[in-house]
Amino acid sequence: MSTVNNSGRALPWALVTPALGWTLLFFVLPFIAMGFSSLTAHEGGGFTFANYSQFFTDPSYWRAMVNSLQVTAIVTVVSVLLAYPFAWILAEQVPERWQRLALMVAVLPFWTSYVVRSYSWLLVLAQNGVINRTLTGLGLTAEPLQLANTRFATVTGFVHFFVMLLTLTIFANLKQLSPSYRKAAADLGAGPVRTFLHVVLPLTLPGIMVGAFLTFVLCIGDYITPQILGGNNELLMPQLVMMQIGRRGDFPLASALSIILMAVVTVAYLACARWLKIERA
Amino acid sequence: MRQIVRIASWIYAVTVYGFIFLPVIVLVLFSLQATSFPIPPFTGPSLRWYDAVLSDTRLTSALVNSLIVAILSSAAAVTLGFLSAWGFARFTLPSSALLRGLITLPLTVSYLIIGMGLLVLFNWAGLPKSLLAAGIGHVVINLPLCFAIIYSQMGDHQINIERAARDLGAPEWKVLLLITVPVMAPAIFASFFLSMTFSWDEFVISFLLTRFDTTLPVEIWNLLRSGLNPKTNAVGSLVFAVSIVLVVLFELTLLRRKPA
Amino acid sequence: MSASLVDISSVSHRFGQHPVLKDVSLKIEPGSYTILLGPSGSGKTTLLSILGGFVTPSEGKVFIRGEDCTAVPPAKRPTTTVFQDYALFPHMSVGANVGFGLRMQGVDAATRAARAREALALVGLATAFDKKPHQLSGGQRQRVALARALVIEPAVLLLDEPLGALDLKLRRQMQDELKAIQKRVGTAFIHVTHDQEEAMALADHCVVMNDGRIEDEGPPERVYARPATRFSATFMGESTILSGTVTEAKNETVTVATPPGAISLPGTSPVGAKIALAIRPEHLVLGATGGTIALGTATVSDVVFQGSFKRVLAASTQDPALQFIVKAPAAATVQPGDTIAVSCNAGDIILLTD
Repeated sequence: MSTVNNSGRALPWALVTPALGWTLLFFVLPFIAMGFSSLTAHEGGGFTFANYSQFFTDPSYWRAMVNSLQVTAIVTVVSVLLAYPFAWILAEQVPERWQRLALMVAVLPFWTSYVVRSYSWLLVLAQNGVINRTLTGLGLTAEPLQLANTRFATVTGFVHFFVMLLTLTIFANLKQLSPSYRKAAADLGAGPVRTFLHVVLPLTLPGIMVGAFLTFVLCIGDYITPQILGGNNELLMPQLVMMQIGRRGDFPLASALSIILMAVVTVAYLACARWLKIERA
Repeated sequence: MRQIVRIASWIYAVTVYGFIFLPVIVLVLFSLQATSFPIPPFTGPSLRWYDAVLSDTRLTSALVNSLIVAILSSAAAVTLGFLSAWGFARFTLPSSALLRGLITLPLTVSYLIIGMGLLVLFNWAGLPKSLLAAGIGHVVINLPLCFAIIYSQMGDHQINIERAARDLGAPEWKVLLLITVPVMAPAIFASFFLSMTFSWDEFVISFLLTRFDTTLPVEIWNLLRSGLNPKTNAVGSLVFAVSIVLVVLFELTLLRRKPA
Repeated sequence: MSASLVDISSVSHRFGQHPVLKDVSLKIEPGSYTILLGPSGSGKTTLLSILGGFVTPSEGKVFIRGEDCTAVPPAKRPTTTVFQDYALFPHMSVGANVGFGLRMQGVDAATRAARAREALALVGLATAFDKKPHQLSGGQRQRVALARALVIEPAVLLLDEPLGALDLKLRRQMQDELKAIQKRVGTAFIHVTHDQEEAMALADHCVVMNDGRIEDEGPPERVYARPATRFSATFMGESTILSGTVTEAKNETVTVATPPGAISLPGTSPVGAKIALAIRPEHLVLGATGGTIALGTATVSDVVFQGSFKRVLAASTQDPALQFIVKAPAAATVQPGDTIAVSCNAGDIILLTD
């Protein structure tokens, strides 16, 4: 009995139609357009599956998808492993009154744009950048290391962003846990380690899954970070998509590749769907 | 034991803070470089590169474009998101869960793919690339966010508050202006500022959908072609500063919230 | 009976396929304090929502002051609702909250403030005018909600579990104040609760509801002393229920065969009818020197000391399924395990026809 049922039907539809219309017109319709485009031949038009078969037969295209999945998997795992202890320290070791500030400071660089953040890492990792100058200056290495334009650089740039994102979500999760759980576990004879393993970790696992899924979606679809930091030595899927548009104006192939990328994300979404619900307070 | 955990925690936390801030510090520090390369040794401080940025009309007009697109697209996203959240929270609509799912669906799709779709659609429809096209894309990515934030804050208690107002004789438009909007103000402001930051920072949609007049992230991307350059550091630092201001405003609106 | 303030006529309501009200008719008199009493799911809150105009009934009509209000929206009918969670506007001061209804009527600011102050004084909160709702305690918020509803002078005030969110002590105190305020303003109050003590303390007219129907209605003294149905005999206070069959009926007297034996009492019922007899705990007597009607012996299973009395549970020797609930004097020396005689007086037995 949380809703009113005595007004006419016109008002509620008038409220929700603009948002639904916008979503249909500028989200669903573009998808349909992309679907049609992906089934059209780039040269001369006409119906064809060539754009899809090209992906499945050309190993260099396959390679981009494998690279994307590998990089995304590495980034997700490394980010979770780095962020969880950090969030735990912020939530458990930092005094209550400083926690909000500590968290806000920890995620400040989160809010810079993709482009600026990746560029900043280029400054750090470049041939004559801060790290190489420091290493050679200290005499640790004779020659500057090849850090930029590598998979390592791409992963570093991604991990930097996702450590902040995951710290936010895991911190929120740890704070939502009622202190009674920990007290109850201690009362029943569990030490701090066993309390963590048997109570805190399982209870925060759903939150970690949400964070990991977000990481997966944002990471696999990002163009800027691999383009600036990884260069063209190994291509990821978004770079491959942009290449079709930029150099060749090949919209049909770009559409087909986007839809394949989208399909991979959908499979991941269905796999974690039950942890990803938006609830009303 | 406890002492060891504390010390280990401190070392770990400082290391992670260091990792997080290393690129930002390098960015800002070398934006003050006096010479032409943003690499060690540091030769500043100097504001010459900020001068260069502010006298570059391409960058300043891109900055203005970015602000306009961010404000207008966020206002549109918040308005659409608020109205639909109100509609779904207050009234029983057929297949409500499905329709709500449709509105939040873009949250699970990469910006690249949303941009690609719009590019293909606008190309077919014969719509030229423009800031308007990019703004439409920004509403697509921010509408689900605004909807989710505002909808999650509309609980049964808010519904009773509106019922009370109606019961006391308020017509629907007065309920909206005098009760719903003021009560929901924190969520409305929060989603507006969040949309602003996302639109302000967004690259790939603007890159795909604009041509001559473009937004700041795209203009910075163009600068990157000239390699490492203190001017890029300076404009990057400015972008960072604006984002921080938006985030602080966002935090303040959240903190100002009082229990009902 | 056109003088009734509210006339609910054959109202039924369903949520989807689920019927929540089944052919309910009820009349409310001006100036009365009516309590709708029932367990959750009995339909009492739905009935209140129908009165307030938040729900339009599937069938039946609602007349208020003789006018058909069945489909009239909340704002347009002479009722005002006090919500269970008070629904105070969190962004407005207490004064603005109380003045809101007058503002909607176009009353000017000065008059509004004056009348809001009067209403706040009526509920004993004259000093809270400039405060914000979150600065008040639960009991104070309750009073503001009451003042806000009363200031627009409704013909009927509807209260949805108004004391539900308060702790027991505050509840009993607010109960007394509600009654006093109602007598002072003279407005008809209709108040929903599941607390039978609250019902007995407040009601002029008590309506017992169960499973979408009205089981019993009348002055609380009558409903308690002579409940019409088995449900109201057990929901409004406790009762021991004896099931039996009528074996003889003449001269306004019936004889009923029950597990402890035959009982004769005043009343009419056809021979062979299955009926139930209810006896209130305070009317059962333990020990040999008891009432005129012997109810056999029983084994005491539990004795709970309640301060001014002892609540005794005992299973009948003749029929172990029969459980006696007895209110014994505090000084009584019963122990669990004792076997003891139970009796009562014929006049205290309530004949239930269902």
